[in-house]
Amino acid sequence: MSGFFNSSIGRKYAMALSAFFLMFFLLQHFAINIVSVFSPGTFNEVSHFMGTNPLIQYAVQPILIFAVIYHFVMGFVLEIKNKGSRNVKYAKNHGAANSTWMSRNMIYSGLAILAFIVLHFIDFWFPEINTKFIQGDWSGTLEGVEGYRYFEELQHKFVEPWRVGAYVIAFVLLALHLMHGFTSAFQSIGSTAGRKQTMQNIGKAYSILIPLGFVIIALFHHFNH
Amino acid sequence: MKLTLKIWRQKGAQDKGKIVDYKVSDISEHMSFLEMMDVLNEQLVNSGEEPVAFDHDCREGICGMCSMHINGEAHGPDRGVTTCQLHMRMFKDGDTITIEPFRAKAFPVIKDLVVDRTSFERIQQAGGYISVNTSGNTQDANALPISKHAADEAMDAAACIGCGACVASCKNSSAMLFVGAKVSQYALLPQGQVEAADRVKNMVAQMDLEGFGNCTNTGACEVECPKGISLENIARMNRELVKASLIKF
Repeated sequence: MSGFFNSSIGRKYAMALSAFFLMFFLLQHFAINIVSVFSPGTFNEVSHFMGTNPLIQYAVQPILIFAVIYHFVMGFVLEIKNKGSRNVKYAKNHGAANSTWMSRNMIYSGLAILAFIVLHFIDFWFPEINTKFIQGDWSGTLEGVEGYRYFEELQHKFVEPWRVGAYVIAFVLLALHLMHGFTSAFQSIGSTAGRKQTMQNIGKAYSILIPLGFVIIALFHHFNH
Repeated sequence: MKLTLKIWRQKGAQDKGKIVDYKVSDISEHMSFLEMMDVLNEQLVNSGEEPVAFDHDCREGICGMCSMHINGEAHGPDRGVTTCQLHMRMFKDGDTITIEPFRAKAFPVIKDLVVDRTSFERIQQAGGYISVNTSGNTQDANALPISKHAADEAMDAAACIGCGACVASCKNSSAMLFVGAKVSQYALLPQGQVEAADRVKNMVAQMDLEGFGNCTNTGACEVECPKGISLENIARMNRELVKASLIKF
């Protein structure tokens, strides 16, 4: 199978598999975050479970990190190869006549998402890794904060308008990326399901509702801190 | 109609090439695009200039030779037609039309609008065939029962004329619609099963070797294909390669 994953189709296939994993991750990330809008207590409980469960921390988290890195690195590798496949550009190219803006600009929406992930990691993931794996504090508590610290930390991050703005822009680009990526992933694994109207509707709903939900969460905490 | 043509002129494979402007007049809307090019070339020959080199043969949309990129689209703005089937009624008096060769590293320009598409031939040679005993006792193909659905799908895939519009339209210069169609037309039929695994592996390997890009499922190829080859053929090729890799890893 190593030959398969070195072929152009194999790389597409692996890109799609990592995309499916990331789309599932995004869905569960949203499901947990939306709880923060309705119940800070429940959000704290779920966050503590996710942040301290050995299966999630030591098995699922490394897979997630691998999927993120693979999806970005392979995305860029394929883009460079694809760019090199046309050494002389067209003087006139009417791309809009035969394809969507989203499908032609996955690399740019992807780059914006990468920039967002760097910011998101600085905001949440690096401090979390530092607290748990470097300082060894798995208590989930903070001095001066009653109960678990997660809700307090979440709200604190959305005080500054520039950060909320950056998150909103990133989610718009994420929506555009998903608008093509969702159905494209099915095609890459050889399934024609992505071409069926039902799956296209599910893809559109997922691509719009999940990023929109994240925008609502960010705005909610900005205006309610 | 009076038209301004912006045409890619390139003396040979090593020449840098450039867009050159030409004016043509008395173009009938009933002419085909290639007939309009003939008018231009007659004009150029009469004035002692080098005519524009372009590929053409049957002029009825079957041979797959004509290969122009017209106003930013392979085979021009119409759908389901090759350049030879494109009529001048698709344009208006006074229009400026940009005409370029199909662009891809795997389709190097030979001269002006003529490109070398033998990379497609090499992909075909890598597996686009079935082995049949032709020593006089060849079995009638109709002796094998084939479902109507499979026969129709195989026929649709076999409608690919290998013109290369899929490569020209794809932002990645991917040849996967062409290879997908060639893999599919055999994968759907019992005659193609014996060599199915080797076929897809060898054809994909040759496609990669030729320097075509990777498909990112924009669907541009399907829209621009003059024969309406469906993206489902790419999905089928992907499935066939997974299957082949599991059988022969």
